[in-house]
Amino acid sequence: MKYLLLILPAAVSLCVPFYNMMEPRLFGFPFFYWLLLLLIPISSVLTFLVYKGEKR
Amino acid sequence: MIGHLRWPATIVFVGFVLLVSLLGFVAARWKRADLADLHEWGLGGRRFGPWISWFLIGGDLYTAYTVIAVPSVVYAIGAYGFFALPYTILIYPLLYVAFPRLWAVAHRKNYMTAADYVLGRYGNKWLELAVAFTGILATMPYIALQLVGMEKVIEALGFEGRGLAAHLPLSIAFAILALYTSRSGLRAPAMIAFVKDTMIYIFVVAAIVVVPMKLGGYGAIFDAASTAFDQKVATSGGKLAAGLLLAPQQIVPFITLAIGSAFALLMYPHSMTGILSVRSGNAIRVNAIALPAYSVMLGLIALMGYMAHAAGVHVADPQDAVPHLILAIFPDWFGGFSFAAIAIGALVPAAIMSIGAANTFTRNIFKPLIDPGLAARDEALLAKLVALVVQVGAVLFVLRGATRFALDLQLLGGIWMAQVFPAVIFGLFTRRFSGWGLFAGWATGMALGTLLAWTPGAWVPVHAIFGSSFAVYNGVTAIVANVVVAALLSAARPDWARNETEEEYADLPAGKAAA
Repeated sequence: MKYLLLILPAAVSLCVPFYNMMEPRLFGFPFFYWLLLLLIPISSVLTFLVYKGEKR
Repeated sequence: MIGHLRWPATIVFVGFVLLVSLLGFVAARWKRADLADLHEWGLGGRRFGPWISWFLIGGDLYTAYTVIAVPSVVYAIGAYGFFALPYTILIYPLLYVAFPRLWAVAHRKNYMTAADYVLGRYGNKWLELAVAFTGILATMPYIALQLVGMEKVIEALGFEGRGLAAHLPLSIAFAILALYTSRSGLRAPAMIAFVKDTMIYIFVVAAIVVVPMKLGGYGAIFDAASTAFDQKVATSGGKLAAGLLLAPQQIVPFITLAIGSAFALLMYPHSMTGILSVRSGNAIRVNAIALPAYSVMLGLIALMGYMAHAAGVHVADPQDAVPHLILAIFPDWFGGFSFAAIAIGALVPAAIMSIGAANTFTRNIFKPLIDPGLAARDEALLAKLVALVVQVGAVLFVLRGATRFALDLQLLGGIWMAQVFPAVIFGLFTRRFSGWGLFAGWATGMALGTLLAWTPGAWVPVHAIFGSSFAVYNGVTAIVANVVVAALLSAARPDWARNETEEEYADLPAGKAAA
C-alpha cells in the first residue's frame, strides 16, 4: 500500500496515451502539460504522507 | 572581440560570477575540518542537513546543460522534450526507498562511492572496476556539456572571438573553478548552490510572469508554437514529427526514454557524491519530498521553448532559443542576471562531477590497480589532482571543437550509466544476485546498448526491437538484457555470501546520526 502511493504519480505519468490530448485546457495550458506539471506536487504530497506514516 | 558586448548585461554577469568564485574560496572555512582528509574534501564530512542538501542535490541534478538542452528540444520538436517530466517524477520514489539504505550502509562502512559499496557487498573487484569505469566514462562528456551551456550564454552577451580567443572567458571561469574546487572540495559547490538556485528561481518566476504578460497569455503562447510546428512539419513534407502533442510513433520512445534516463540519473558519480554527503537517511527522505520543486522549475523552463516561438525568436541552433528569448523579453541587466544564473548553474555540477569522478578514480581504480597501500593523506592529494585533470580535460574537449563528440558520448553515457543500476540497487534489497552474475549482466548491457545505438550515419538513442513498428530507448532494451543475464547466471551459480547484515541497512539511531 505504502509503495503503491509512492509509485502512483509515476505510473500515471507513463500512461501517455491517456493524457496525450489538448482538451480540457487549464489557464491556456493543454491537458498534456497541466497534468504533467500537476503530477509533480501530487507526488510530493503522497511521499510526504508516506513519510509521516512511517514516522508514527 | 568585445565591440558588440552588451555592457549592462556583461557587468551584472561578471559581478555574479566573481561573487560565487569568492564564495568558492571562502567555503573552505565553512564547517571547518581537515580538508586533507578525502572524506572531508570529497564528501563534506557527510555533514549536510536537509536544507543544504536540497540546494546541493538540486543544483547537482538540474544542470545548466538541462536548462539549455530541454527547452531546445521543446523549441525544435515540441512535446517530446517534456519526457523530462515523467523522468524526474520517476526518480523520487527510487530516491525515497533505496537511497536511505545505501546511505546507512555507506556511513557504517565508510563507503564514498557506488563502487565502494559494490566491492563491500559482493567482494568482487571486477564488478567494482566495472561500476567505477562506467561512472567516469559517462561523467567526462557530461562535464564538457556543462561548458557548452556556459558558452551559449557568453555568446549571447555579445562576446565574439576567433580561434582560441573565442573560448577565453570560459577558460578563465574554469581555471577559477579548478582552484576553488581543489581548495574547498565539496563545500565550494554546496555553498555556491545557495546563490545559484536562488538566482535560477528568480529568473524562472520572472519569466513565467513577465513573458505571458508580454505575449498575450499562455493560450497565445501554445497557439503560436503550434502554428510554428505546423509550418515546420509541412516544409519537411510530413517527415518531421513535431507538435504540441506526441505523434503516435513518439509515444513509446517518450515513455522508454523517461524510464531509461531515470535508471541512469542517480547512478552517476556526481549524484552519489551529492546524496552520500548528507547527514542522515532522513535528510534523503525529506529531499525526496522537497526536490520535486526543481522538477516544476524544469517544466517551466521547458515551456520557454514555446515562449521563444511566441516571441518570434528564430535561431538555427535550437540551443540558442533560451538565451535569445531572454534577450528579447528582459531588460539588459536582468538578461545578464539570468545568464549568470545559467553559467553558475554550470559551475556547480561541473565541480561536483569532477569531485565525484576524482573520488571514484582514486578509491576504485588507482587504489586496487596501482597502489593498494595508498595512505589516507595521499588519497586526498591524488583526488585533488584527478579533479583538476578532469576539469582541464573538459575544457580541452570544448577548445578542440569536439562538441558533437561530447553530445554523442553523453547520449551513450546515459545508456551506459543505467547498466550499473542492477549492481548498485538490487543488492540493497535481495541476496539473489551474485557478483559475477551482475558483472556478466553489466557487460551484456554495455555491449548491447552501444551496438543498438550505432548506425552508419550517427549514434541514435532509440532502436526498433524485433522488427516491431515502435522504437524503444536503447538504455531500456540493454538493461532488460542485463537483468535477464544477471538473474540466470546468479541462479545457476548462486553466491549467498553477504558481507552486510540487514541491521547495517537500517537508519542510524537519531543521536548518532546527527553527530
